[in-house]
Amino acid sequence: MLKYLSKRLFFAVPTLIVISFVLFALLDLAPNDPTGNLPQTIPQEVREEIRESLGLNKPFHIRYFKWMQQFFVNEPLNLIEEVTGLEIGDSESRLRVRSWLTRSPVVDLIIERLPQTLWVVGLSYIVGIMIALPIGVISAYKQYSWFDQIGTFISMVGFSVPTFFTGLVMIIIFSVTLSWFPSTYDTTHVVKDFPSFWFQVKQMTMPVMVLAFYNAAQLSRFMRASVLENLNLDYVRTARAKGLRDRSILLKHILRNSMLPVITMIALGVPTIFTGAIITEQVFRVNGIGQLLITGIQSADIPLVQSLSFLFAVLIVTFNLLADVIYGILDPRIKYE
Amino acid sequence: MSRSPLIALIALSILFLGSCSQESAEVDTNLRLLYWQAPSTLNPYLSSGTKDIEAASIVIEPLAHYDANAKKVPILATRIPTVENGDIAEDYRSITWHLRQDIVWSDGTQLTSADVVFSWRYCTHEEAGCTGKDSFRDVEQVVAVDDYTVRIDFTKPAPFPFGPFVGSVSPVLQYQQFKDCLGLRAQECTEANFYPIGTGPFIVEEFKANDTVRYKANPHYREEGKPFFQTVIIKGGGDAASAARAVLQTGEFDYAWNLQVEPEVLDNMRNAGKGEVLTAFGSQVERIMVNQTNEDPSLDADTRSVYLDGNNAHPFLSDINVRRALSLAIDRQILVDIGYGVAGQPTCNVIPLPEQYVSTNNEDCKTPNIDEANRILEEAGWVKGSDGVRAKDGVRLSLLYQTSTNSVRQGTQSLIKGMWQEIGVETELRNIDAAVFFGGDPGSPDTLQKFFADVQMYTNNFEGNDPSNYVEGWQCGNVPDPQNQWVGPNISRGCSEEFDALLDTLSETFDSDERVAIIKQLNDIVVQSIWEIPLIHRARVSAKSNSLKGFELNGWDSELWTIADWYREE
Amino acid sequence: MKLEQFARAGQSIQEAREHPSPWMIVWIALKNHKGALVGAGVFTFIVLAVLIGPLIYTIDPQLTDTAVRNQGMSWQHPLGTDNLGRDMLAQMLSGGRIALAVGFAAMLLSLGVGITIGVVAGYYKRLDGPLMRLTDLFLALPLLPLLLVIIMLFRDTLRAFDPEMGIFILIVLGIGITSWMQTARIVRGETLAVKEREFVLAATSMGTSGLHIITKHILPNILSPIMVSATLGIANAIITESTLSFLGLGFPPDFPTWGRLLFDGVNFIEISPARVIWPGLAISLTVLSVNYIGDALRDAIDPRVRNE
Repeated sequence: MLKYLSKRLFFAVPTLIVISFVLFALLDLAPNDPTGNLPQTIPQEVREEIRESLGLNKPFHIRYFKWMQQFFVNEPLNLIEEVTGLEIGDSESRLRVRSWLTRSPVVDLIIERLPQTLWVVGLSYIVGIMIALPIGVISAYKQYSWFDQIGTFISMVGFSVPTFFTGLVMIIIFSVTLSWFPSTYDTTHVVKDFPSFWFQVKQMTMPVMVLAFYNAAQLSRFMRASVLENLNLDYVRTARAKGLRDRSILLKHILRNSMLPVITMIALGVPTIFTGAIITEQVFRVNGIGQLLITGIQSADIPLVQSLSFLFAVLIVTFNLLADVIYGILDPRIKYE
Repeated sequence: MSRSPLIALIALSILFLGSCSQESAEVDTNLRLLYWQAPSTLNPYLSSGTKDIEAASIVIEPLAHYDANAKKVPILATRIPTVENGDIAEDYRSITWHLRQDIVWSDGTQLTSADVVFSWRYCTHEEAGCTGKDSFRDVEQVVAVDDYTVRIDFTKPAPFPFGPFVGSVSPVLQYQQFKDCLGLRAQECTEANFYPIGTGPFIVEEFKANDTVRYKANPHYREEGKPFFQTVIIKGGGDAASAARAVLQTGEFDYAWNLQVEPEVLDNMRNAGKGEVLTAFGSQVERIMVNQTNEDPSLDADTRSVYLDGNNAHPFLSDINVRRALSLAIDRQILVDIGYGVAGQPTCNVIPLPEQYVSTNNEDCKTPNIDEANRILEEAGWVKGSDGVRAKDGVRLSLLYQTSTNSVRQGTQSLIKGMWQEIGVETELRNIDAAVFFGGDPGSPDTLQKFFADVQMYTNNFEGNDPSNYVEGWQCGNVPDPQNQWVGPNISRGCSEEFDALLDTLSETFDSDERVAIIKQLNDIVVQSIWEIPLIHRARVSAKSNSLKGFELNGWDSELWTIADWYREE
Repeated sequence: MKLEQFARAGQSIQEAREHPSPWMIVWIALKNHKGALVGAGVFTFIVLAVLIGPLIYTIDPQLTDTAVRNQGMSWQHPLGTDNLGRDMLAQMLSGGRIALAVGFAAMLLSLGVGITIGVVAGYYKRLDGPLMRLTDLFLALPLLPLLLVIIMLFRDTLRAFDPEMGIFILIVLGIGITSWMQTARIVRGETLAVKEREFVLAATSMGTSGLHIITKHILPNILSPIMVSATLGIANAIITESTLSFLGLGFPPDFPTWGRLLFDGVNFIEISPARVIWPGLAISLTVLSVNYIGDALRDAIDPRVRNE
């Protein structure tokens, strides 16, 4: 197991480097322009100077290595300095990865966005799981019952209707007509007492519900399929033959076995919490990581998009590894060498 | 994060839905603004769009503003320079500004001419990549005559010397704060760029890039008892329609900016009665550019859409009859009704305002006439074939019509396609991502400068209230081509000796009435040669809540220009 | 009918029961499953409507008629009109063709790639590492920038060849190659588990070839997650396409798909709700019916279920 882990970790490094290169090349090839959103009155000569000042006219490999150095050396050093308060080397003149749009360090932007993304998207993920698992299990256990039919129907609707649509419907019902919830999320809101906590709950409810509904829909389908499969396996029949009650078979045996692929699914989905939910964030103005990414893409902010995408890549690789490890621990049939 | 508190939290929220609403009895002194494009920086010289300039305009200010009628109003200066009061030199080679002596930066220090001189140096530094650099066009130097007097010298006579430090695009920065931020270092001064010290009514309290800005009232503001609001929040994100909804339907915000939304949608929201829709016209005109050069895709890179001294004319758009018919066939009022509503008016000029510059010679374009258009084409020898498309000598009237991706523009495209179909012109539609189309990257084939299409549509305008620089755009020498890296504002590639001669006269004329007359003539040449087909005079559209008073929308400068006078009345 | 023919027919049914052909399985599956029967009916209706509909209902979906804007249902315009006066039914029909084609093509592409990589990685230990690293690499690539780049880079090349087909191929390729990874990982996990089962071990010890084991023993045993992946895959492709429309990267506005129509209609939800109801309903019904068919297929194919 340990050997397997170290081997995987060893491979992760070149994988990530290849990814960083592919990302950089892709973003470089994309015909986008950071001066595209400037007013029409700004002449081409000025635009050219702006591109020059951003370093856009330097050759590809120089820009790539510059980014590598800034991202892998300067940023970690800076982080260490900030946490420990020590000064390492010449920190004044150390260049950081800067967003073209804001001219500020990308890492600071990301840190600023994390709270709202984790709260809204993270919470919706957990709520989604909590809704999906019982529905999936009961639907499978009572296959073709009315509960299963309705559950299937609702989860399919949840899956097939885009969140920009559900979000808008919720805003029209709960914000415009009933005035229960605010339609925009205030990221500067600080929770300090009960009323402010209550406001936080209110402003999170709609985005969390929209996302949770969407997440639950997918997951409950997988849970149902997985339980169904186990229901027909030999060990269940054996257990039944031994006279065990259905309920205890379901809870003790089937659930454990059918959770295996579902847990993998859940672990694999964790990075999507950090990558944010682009559309839901747009609709409710949660302005988290997803919104940061799409702003970056729309304004051709290459350092921002590159760094964000690379961080996503790191998260995904990590959680894939984690999913494999969990699978190995839970399923003794799989051997890692 | 454990699960049980979360369940409780959700349960609570469902139980107590709506039961809790705290409304304070006093008048709310917090002003909430919604910009669906969020501000990215508060340094207007490094801005990436109008949103940044607007968000910064309530903190840092120029020497003078434009008011809603495009008149100059002194802000940090005591008066507007004129030749009469002696502040503009007789030869138009310099202009002198007298600063108000009672202006204090929000950190308590005095505003002096050193700040003004520094702002010029900051923006014109060649490595700075300054967005406002065009304001300083032809500026030789900015000199501090004394602590409160600044003289701007021009390299050649400048009949319109109000580029520098007039309007929100070219404000005054504090020397003390930005002195170490010249050139490439401008990028590294994040603290200064996000929290600029200004002379305006508000101070930045918290800045979250691409998300939210919080301001508080500036205690050093020059006008006693102002601003009336104690705090301001600018929230960003989302799209225009939902921004309008947050003001007009839910009433969560006091004001929303730039609402290009289908007119019936906006009307419907307005019916909720919580706010009103405001419009202000400036110089923006949505127009169709008619390519005067051959854009045949089979031509090589040095020939396609390149002017070549007129030797590369478009196979059929070089025929003025075809261009006239295209313009005559368009019903501009329908385009307005469907795509713009209160946000647009039909126009026949490329200079739609200020009033004195508007030509009255082209009004006939407002009455479309399909029959006349058909007659013109028929007479010119363009005959309908069996497929309904007109042709002459094997050349078919088949157009590629491109614009940026935007639902209103695509709607307009479809409508115009239908109108042109009625005069036997076939149209292929194409839309290009706005960032690419407007970006002007010489490496991309899809920019508006390359114009690899027969006609293209977008909005253009001029900065400030004087179109002198703008009309220079149509000079023969300003045609973009591979030699000049596709730089040049003469996009339609129209060229006439008459026009260029008139421009020369303009540059030697200093009498303002004569200048106005010449500029009108230049407008008429562009429109009557149909290098461009003006369609719609576009307005800025914003929404404000009923309780917000003292608001005046402005089509020429920052929409927040009177924010110090805004107040709330329930 | 002669006795001989009867006998032959009986024989073939007998054969079909022992070695069922794929179509036989579908039939058996649908016969025993009410939901699936309804699903198949709805799905067939939708497919026929978008295939044949435009031949009967010949109004040009792009024809603008400013006299009839934002209209409700009427005899001239059965599903009403949009804000430019375009006929909604005609748009729904032509949009459905594209939406379904995108859904199926992208699903098949993603499933094909996913299954191949998943099974090979799970079965051949040598290839497991490299293939899974490849999967990680693709999983880690951000979908949006990738799609953006692909669409922008190749749009003009494909446009010259055929504008409508070009953007279609791009979107299918884009969605396909960015969505196969989940399937691959699940298939690999299942393959790993099945590989350790007695019957596979037995077959291996008898010297059966790898290809044979994969097609005869492993694939049939992992069909249920594949079926779920396939049904979710169609929905996913249709949804991704509408997401791309929302972000302005999908089909252009004059090339309506259901996702695009839904997105364009969203602002008009309070004025003419029909503009969101019809495309929303079409997407939901398609996904729902495909899913019911998928359920029934799984029940029919899964050997463990069939044996009961």
